[in-house]
Amino acid sequence: MSTFPVTLEVRSSVKPLAWAVPAALLLFALPHAIDPYQTILLAYGLVMAIAALGFNLLLGYTGLLSFGHSAYFGLGAYAVAFMVKYLHVQSLELLVLGAVVASLAVSALFGFVCVRYTRIFFSILTLALSQVLWSLAFKFFWVTGGSDGLRVPTPAVLGRLPDPAEDKILFLANAYYYYVLVLFLACVLVMWVIVNSPFGKALQAIRDNETRAEFVGIQIRRYRFVAFLVSGAFTGLAGALWVPLNGLTTPDILYWPFSGEIVFMSVLGGFRTFAGPIVGAVVFNYLKTSAVGFTVYWQALLGAILVFLVLALPAGIVGTFKHLLLWLRKRAFR
Amino acid sequence: MDILVIHAFNGLLYASVLFLIAGGLSLIYGVMRIVNLAHGNLFAFGAYVTAWTVGSVFAGVHPGLLYLLLPAGALAAAAVGAILEPTLLRPLYRRAEEYQLLATFGLLMILEDVMRFLWGPYPLSGSTLFEKAGSVSIGGSRYPTYNLLVIGIGGLAALFLWAFVYKTRFGVVLRATSQDMRRASALGVNVNRVYVEAFTIGCFMAGLAGAIVVPSQSAVLGMGVDALVLAFVVVVIGGLGSLEGALVGALIVGVVREIGISVFPEIELAVLYLIAVIVLLVRPAGLFGRAA
Amino acid sequence: MNLLQTTQLTKYFGNTHAVDAVDFAIGEGEVLALIGSNGAGKTSLVNLISGLLRADGGRIVFRGIDITALSVHDRIRAGIARSFQLVNLFDQLTLLDNVALSIFSREGMIGRLLSLANRYRAVWEEAFEILRQFGLETRSSLLAGGISQGERKLLDVAVAYALRPKLLFLDEPTSGVGTREKAPIMDVVSAIVRSKHITAVVIEHDMDVVFRYSDRIVAMHQGTILASGTPDEIRHNEAVTTTLIGAPDA
Repeated sequence: MSTFPVTLEVRSSVKPLAWAVPAALLLFALPHAIDPYQTILLAYGLVMAIAALGFNLLLGYTGLLSFGHSAYFGLGAYAVAFMVKYLHVQSLELLVLGAVVASLAVSALFGFVCVRYTRIFFSILTLALSQVLWSLAFKFFWVTGGSDGLRVPTPAVLGRLPDPAEDKILFLANAYYYYVLVLFLACVLVMWVIVNSPFGKALQAIRDNETRAEFVGIQIRRYRFVAFLVSGAFTGLAGALWVPLNGLTTPDILYWPFSGEIVFMSVLGGFRTFAGPIVGAVVFNYLKTSAVGFTVYWQALLGAILVFLVLALPAGIVGTFKHLLLWLRKRAFR
Repeated sequence: MDILVIHAFNGLLYASVLFLIAGGLSLIYGVMRIVNLAHGNLFAFGAYVTAWTVGSVFAGVHPGLLYLLLPAGALAAAAVGAILEPTLLRPLYRRAEEYQLLATFGLLMILEDVMRFLWGPYPLSGSTLFEKAGSVSIGGSRYPTYNLLVIGIGGLAALFLWAFVYKTRFGVVLRATSQDMRRASALGVNVNRVYVEAFTIGCFMAGLAGAIVVPSQSAVLGMGVDALVLAFVVVVIGGLGSLEGALVGALIVGVVREIGISVFPEIELAVLYLIAVIVLLVRPAGLFGRAA
Repeated sequence: MNLLQTTQLTKYFGNTHAVDAVDFAIGEGEVLALIGSNGAGKTSLVNLISGLLRADGGRIVFRGIDITALSVHDRIRAGIARSFQLVNLFDQLTLLDNVALSIFSREGMIGRLLSLANRYRAVWEEAFEILRQFGLETRSSLLAGGISQGERKLLDVAVAYALRPKLLFLDEPTSGVGTREKAPIMDVVSAIVRSKHITAVVIEHDMDVVFRYSDRIVAMHQGTILASGTPDEIRHNEAVTTTLIGAPDA
């Protein structure tokens, strides 16, 4: 007779910690080992990782492929820009909060329409809807700065106003990097809890078998909607954190190919894993930066990588790594 | 009054081009259940090939001959489609639908740079035909004759397509495969061949749209990415997989856009989306779409 | 009073009456077998009652409440559950997860997003216990997509059972399974259903299974009820035997 797998609980709590703690420590230590530009690059990676993490709640866990996440990222960024320019808000905390609220509002609006659909039509709809914001950014150019965008000065981090005498690069590579890192870790923790909660299990159930989920008593549309909201909020938060790094926000991040980049990141890392989008975002960031520096045809290069991923390595970096570990473990026990 | 007529023509003009693009998209989806995110880039590719042929290679040639060369873009796009389907798309049919979106997004990125590589980052124009066609009098204003030609081509294309799908034997095979692929296969239809043919036709349509648009606007990088969004709005309104839907959707988008541009330029796209959302709330699969 | 009663329940598919003005009743604690050839309307009837299909006419009354217009969610809440002929499971989740989901849902905890599912020890213990009752406990941490067809059929029933329904519909629980595996499946299911006094309706083609495990049999044909009675009565009912001769042995 089998005993109740008590190990189940212990195993699933300990295993991720085994990876997470060293990774977090490494991220804390890195700025001391690498130069400021590299640190800033990593900060970009962490910001995109938050966006990808949010995105993948829908794809990996709920089975919904959104091609419209640029809307929430861009909205988060523009919300920050507007609050700075028109409301003269300086506190980064308030800016981030405002961005998340704005993203939630738009997620609710778009989500209400989109969660009635699945699969391809869902993807088409999310893509199409996200472009309203992009077009508005151009049309109302006197508010949004049009294609030039809006410059955003360094905000006040934890109440500490920016010192004009301080080198901005050093600020970004130190204080701001750690700010982003802490928020990143917090986001990872929150998302980890969400996907391992009863709600998270329900999402996976909906992903695996809509009919069965319904007949177990799960209200499909409602759960998808909440997932949509959480997803949008995370991505909006990422957009907000991105702005101080970039110094300005332009309509590029509202343009749908940018949504494609977020999708790319998750696929690159492995959308069927928790850590996949995180790894994918960081790697993609480096990949894109090197590709841009390497050739003017960097888009084709990245496109070819994506096609290769889809055809040959759909499990992505983390997924393939896990398969490899499993295979090695099986061989060891033969 | 003539202003109204001109607006109507402009709306029809836009609708003609959109119908070709969205129609191609819907045809492909209807038969193969594939949505090609790079579909807009085939429109762009068609535009570039035609601009290059008409605008550079055969620039000094007699306009009559240029008209014959206009479809070069359509044929080029069709050729690309014929190559792509068996190589890139066929391996994905067995996989979850999402993978085709991912792969075709990668394709989009590749095609964008292929066009950049072949023709450089600057717009390519082929406006000879537009200029040479002159203009007609409508009331007190002049209206480019070429635009009327485009509207004509759009209408002809719609007619031709309708005849093709509903009146020919191949059309029957196409419809059978789209309704029930397995049964069609069991009845002896070579589904692989139907798929590549349908995909080629869809790409031809997109390329044709690009070809006919070139005399009045230059081929420019990014036009494909822009076009795809509008094509999506058309199929959302009209229904994915339906040619009638693509026609009606294109007309609605064309007209609304024209009204929007003249009356509320700021929120023209937003109004379009509002219409799309209203349509979806009332008819979830689009006006002519079938419920999944 | 009957646990469930349908009055003139009707469903059309185009011009066909899949279910034609059916008056169907189940008493509490009964194990009822629903038989008939393919297309007789058995699955449609179950689909109508469970909520997968909307009725075109008639009423369904369950425990005194008219559920005809209720959503699937509300019917589950009211106490109806079902398994599927073509098994419907969460293939990428473990067997434990599959059953636990029913329990979380039943207890109203499934919407909680800021607490780890693993913390709810009682849920997991109950899920394991249910798997044990179905003989699946050794496979508990395998993914549902990776077990045998017979085990999947059992799991499908287990998932429905975990909802602690008042009325359980089993749509061909032994179909698609080798003859040798049929009896064990029905033994397990029958034992559990009887010990917990769950009212069950079983759609079945295999007449051996039908005669051995049911209290009452309802035979359908072309959308209507042909006959209803005890196994003995049905066995000797001419209308039933003539229409069902040649009925495929699942």
